[in-house]
Amino acid sequence: MIEFDLEKEGVRGLNSRLQALAPDTNERKWSVLNPMGAHAIAVGLTQPITVEVQGHAGFYCGGMNQHAEVIVNGHAGPGVAENMMSGIVRVKGNASQSAGATGNGGLLIIEGDASSRCGISMKGIDIVVGGSVGHMSAFMAQRGNLVVCGDAGEALGDSIYEARLYVRGKVQDLGTDCIEKEVKPEHLEDLARLLERAQIKADPKSFRRYGSARKLYNFNVDHADAY
Amino acid sequence: MDKTPQTTPRKSATFDDYTLSEIRRAASTGIYDIRGGGAKRKLPHLDDLLFLGASISRYPMEGYREKCGTNVIIGTRFAKKPIELKIPITIAGMSFGSLSAQAKEALGRGASLAGTSTTTGDGGMTPEERGQSKTLVYQYLPSRYGMNPEDLRKADAIEVVVGQGAKPGGGGMLLGQKISDRVAAMRCLPKGIDQRSACRHPDWTGPDDLEIKIMELREITNWEKPIYVKVGGARPYYDTALAVKAGADCVVVDGMQGGTAATQEVFIEHVGQPTLACIRPAVQALQDLGMHRKVQLIVSGGIRNGADVAKALALGADAVSIGTAALVALGDQDPHWEAEYQKLGTTAGSYDDWHEGKDPAGITTQNPELAARLDPVLAGRRLSNYLKVMTLEAQTIARACGKTHVHNLEPEDLVALTVEAAAMAGVPLAGTNWIPGRGGNY
Ligand SMILES: Cc1cc2nc3c(=O)[nH]c(=O)nc-3n(C[C@H](O)[C@H](O)[C@H](O)COP(=O)(O)O)c2cc1C
Repeated sequence: MIEFDLEKEGVRGLNSRLQALAPDTNERKWSVLNPMGAHAIAVGLTQPITVEVQGHAGFYCGGMNQHAEVIVNGHAGPGVAENMMSGIVRVKGNASQSAGATGNGGLLIIEGDASSRCGISMKGIDIVVGGSVGHMSAFMAQRGNLVVCGDAGEALGDSIYEARLYVRGKVQDLGTDCIEKEVKPEHLEDLARLLERAQIKADPKSFRRYGSARKLYNFNVDHADAY
Repeated sequence: MDKTPQTTPRKSATFDDYTLSEIRRAASTGIYDIRGGGAKRKLPHLDDLLFLGASISRYPMEGYREKCGTNVIIGTRFAKKPIELKIPITIAGMSFGSLSAQAKEALGRGASLAGTSTTTGDGGMTPEERGQSKTLVYQYLPSRYGMNPEDLRKADAIEVVVGQGAKPGGGGMLLGQKISDRVAAMRCLPKGIDQRSACRHPDWTGPDDLEIKIMELREITNWEKPIYVKVGGARPYYDTALAVKAGADCVVVDGMQGGTAATQEVFIEHVGQPTLACIRPAVQALQDLGMHRKVQLIVSGGIRNGADVAKALALGADAVSIGTAALVALGDQDPHWEAEYQKLGTTAGSYDDWHEGKDPAGITTQNPELAARLDPVLAGRRLSNYLKVMTLEAQTIARACGKTHVHNLEPEDLVALTVEAAAMAGVPLAGTNWIPGRGGNY
């Protein structure tokens, strides 16, 4: 494990070192000390390394990640793992708003709660939240899975496209064009796989599924008051 | 006389033919009018300014003989690799999706031949465009369609789009009929459905967040790339100041004449400020912050010729950007296709139903047969010719004003033809020394 003191060497120092690693590097395990809520920690990584952030991270931790595993041993600020392409970002604590925003791939795990707009405009990322998510989560979500083991706030899945939402607890209300859907065997399999990868214990059968009613896919004036 | 004299039938200036036709259209369809292009109404514009030229107190430079530089360097503030353009005219961001792949390629070819940059758009970067563009600016938009770190690293500069002049505060909509397999795949959405481009970024709001976002983008790209912030012409003074505060290398201000691929007519014609009214406040913000010429300013919205370029530069811009005019140079609105424009119920020069994807010129379409009408090599050459003409025109004016570089043009070289233009541009009304709104006498 390579120790990196963020307070001493700064975010630029960290990211430039991590981004410069070659595919065959043997510097595969990193521990980032004294993160102190700094922004843009471990962004734009491209190699399959593991980076553990020993404390809280600010905005955009793990942003645009490719292949790396980023673990936050604390809470994460807004936009954690934003636009992630692949790899894993795990937050041991809670995450602020827009977690996993526009993510294309990979797995984001938030062991605690996530704030509003979790999974906004997600484009293929899988997100597993151990706790609850705030309002407007999965807003305009295009693709991928959002698994919420706790509750979901107001307007879940508003204007959702093809993403799949699974919630175990209460959903305060569903957003425009989002409806409850039948949980079929394929969904139970997906759920089981995601929960296992996230290492979160929950019975797939205890989740309900939500997705797009697909009524607003093409503009129709008679639907104008649905928004 | 056996007949009572009648007055001539008179149409209302308020309820003119266009207004009446729009009421009938709305009443029959129940849908607002969506179209492409920019504001069509007559607005105070750069035409309302004139250059003074040389005189006893200012001597001119010899045309063709004495040097008049046109290069512009963007990104000197923070980027490790600023970009240098040969000419102060760039190609604005226009999405693949709204435009065909051939049109995007042609823009890249034309810009590269002329020594300038082109810009991606909503929907991501295509290999055709990257391949043919020597200098490519990659847009970072609220929708983040097609956004990925590989393309980000391939770009020469990054443009964070906050807004557009045609629709400050509005998102976008690519209607289902333009969503081909390829466009759908790049945007991670099913084919044939309307695709909304969000009006706000999903993971930041306000200038403080923007500062962190810009820092993140720099971190991802090793602080190499110039980062632009593009705003619609809404509050140019404050938007410019806030973009500078957030760490931009370059600010792009797009006035209300600026084109769009598709938006509501009501938005295009009624929201935002004319380009002319945006330039001086943006320059003022840069000057107040001591950042004029350190953070570059690009102005767009209705730029058509070298005179427009020279005027925008004289008012303090570092470069201009063109959308509509570039499309026309490629072949858009060409009378050659008149018969087909007529079939669509319009005429060459008025065609603006770009969202329907039936462009006879093959530019604003995803229909393979129509798109094949545009030869990217030939169209690229046309664009390059046009860019060179604009540059020569701007140089001609600059030399006549005694400048050895187009950036040496200044407000003192200009007068305004109308009181409005004088007030907006902050230059005197012709024949007076009166700048309305700035005190002074005449
Ligand atoms: C067909 C078309 C598509 C456009 N797409 C985008 C876009 O994706 N992103 C963007 O920031 N601006 C877009 N714009 C606006 C241009 O970048 C630019 O601001 C505008 O065209 C400048 O005004 P002009 O057309 O009068 O030159 C588009 C404009 C047109 C005409």
